[in-house]
Amino acid sequence: MSLQFVVDGLLTGSMIGLGAIGVTLTYSILRFSNFAHGDFMAWGTYATLAVVGAIGATFGKVAPIAPFSFGWPLIVALVVGMAFTALLALLLDKVLFSRLRSQGQAIIVVMASFGASMALRSLLEFTFTSRPTYFSRAIQIAMPVGFGIRITPDQIALLLLTAVLVLGVHLLMTRTQTGRSMQALSQNAALARVVGIDVGSVVRVTWVIGGALACVAGVMIGILVQIRPFMGFDMLLPMFAAAILGGIGSIPGAVLGGLIIGLAEAGAVQLIGAEWRAAVSFIILMAVLFVRPIGVFGVRER
Amino acid sequence: MDLLGYGAFFLTTALIFSLVTLGLNLQWGLTGLFNVGLAGFVAIGAYTSALLTTPDDAVRLGGFGLPILVGWLGAMVVGGIAAALTGMATLRLRSDYLAITTFGVAVVVQLVALNAQKLTGGPFGIGFIPRPFGSLAETPLLFNLSNLAVVSVVTLIAYLALEHLSRSPWGRVLKALREDERAAISLGKSARFYRVQAFAVGGAIMALAGALQAHFTGFIAPDNYLPILTFQVWVMLIVGGSGSNLGAVIGSVLVWAIWAGSGTLTSILFPPEQQARAAALQIAAIGVMLCVILLIRPNGLLGDRLRRPRFGKRAKVATAKSISPS
Repeated sequence: MSLQFVVDGLLTGSMIGLGAIGVTLTYSILRFSNFAHGDFMAWGTYATLAVVGAIGATFGKVAPIAPFSFGWPLIVALVVGMAFTALLALLLDKVLFSRLRSQGQAIIVVMASFGASMALRSLLEFTFTSRPTYFSRAIQIAMPVGFGIRITPDQIALLLLTAVLVLGVHLLMTRTQTGRSMQALSQNAALARVVGIDVGSVVRVTWVIGGALACVAGVMIGILVQIRPFMGFDMLLPMFAAAILGGIGSIPGAVLGGLIIGLAEAGAVQLIGAEWRAAVSFIILMAVLFVRPIGVFGVRER
Repeated sequence: MDLLGYGAFFLTTALIFSLVTLGLNLQWGLTGLFNVGLAGFVAIGAYTSALLTTPDDAVRLGGFGLPILVGWLGAMVVGGIAAALTGMATLRLRSDYLAITTFGVAVVVQLVALNAQKLTGGPFGIGFIPRPFGSLAETPLLFNLSNLAVVSVVTLIAYLALEHLSRSPWGRVLKALREDERAAISLGKSARFYRVQAFAVGGAIMALAGALQAHFTGFIAPDNYLPILTFQVWVMLIVGGSGSNLGAVIGSVLVWAIWAGSGTLTSILFPPEQQARAAALQIAAIGVMLCVILLIRPNGLLGDRLRRPRFGKRAKVATAKSISPS
């Protein structure tokens, strides 16, 4: 067994972890599991792809930045895509989730997210067809870094980006007033209202963070694997499993959960075969539910 | 004659769907258990029955050549056990965990169907599943009508049994648990035990529906059990009104009529190379429909969850209930 699975696992884990942050935040603050989260990923990726195309059409062909497969257009497009995905999440909350939330039945919101997920994904399939596309078809040479591990410049850049984003969100949650309000709301909604926390703005921040990170995770998949309308839906189970494994509401937990599942998947691909990859997150999920349902960093519900 | 034959075919499919919807109604409508992986339980039933009844096949396990009825029973047993295990793992936790787990069950069943070639025939599926009245296959009309009769009888039995169950003390406990868990527990009812039972029976009914479908078409493949199936059945239940068995049946026939009708329409209106896109648009439209119904008419056509009657004595009671924190 070569150690290459460590790099593959960390990359998959980063994608899962970034997505799981959004899942865990919506779960702990809005109190429902959002089945449309995977489709935020896919929409963000296609939006980024569209912006890359638009930039290419206006400025002509842009040479990629030296060791990477992408140039400045992708970086600009990613920022636009993140904003777009955040807006999409806010819009969906406004027209659908917030209204159902006010009716007070949490599980109805879950069902609505399931319906929205189906609609969003099918709209992508309608617009872009189900054929996979790519940000770049260039092939990168992977550099050996010892221990039989090889890594491409793109992969290094994306791992660093993940680390920066996770650190940023963690600091936001622990060091700013907004973050503390979010934690307060997730721990005790009624009490948070009593001390005058603006619930509406906390909800908006939650969607913005979740949507923007989902877009980044999607673009990572787009750069390293491929872009398909189902790309986000297929990530749903690993993301939920990561959020539960790490403990609902915990950002470091979600990322750690994502990395564990990513590594386990990569290991399983080497040992058993790629076709059983999707079962890994289910097995981990069941194990967590039986052994420690509150997850690694979770707190017992009151 | 053609029209009659098609009508029988259409109704047979619609009634098989309504059987799945009845199972879901027991889980969700009556007990409040959220199953987003029901396609997995339908698939379990279809594959179990196919394995038990097909003639011996050299390239995969089994083909035991047993009678069709044994296949159906086997499907119900295996589907029920699978649902019970799922329930036992998650029903002591928050309801969302059940949703996520059932979603995972569907993913794993799909994986097994695709990859465990020895068991399920892989992507090519299982063929030569014996069909009831298969000898009549030369006269499609007679074949369709006799199949319709079989499926109608099974659906009717399931319907009557479920109606009886929901009025029985057992069904009343389930309703009590759905409406006010704490009160029900304080009366000495074990919430988890009853819920696991309801989830298992619902899963068994779904598996039976999968088996019926398998024996009706004679061929199954993993593609029949994609998440879209789960989604269709949910729309059927929500349109018909969760909690009502009659609503489940009517909703299924109605939504299947809309689905099949719009499918025919898109196949006429769009050129062949645009068919896949048109189908995607169809799914998107149904997805929006589900959300709109949830927003404006969450009780569906015949739902029994009228929480807030506007007038009369019940109104006061209901309002008092809705104000008090749940």
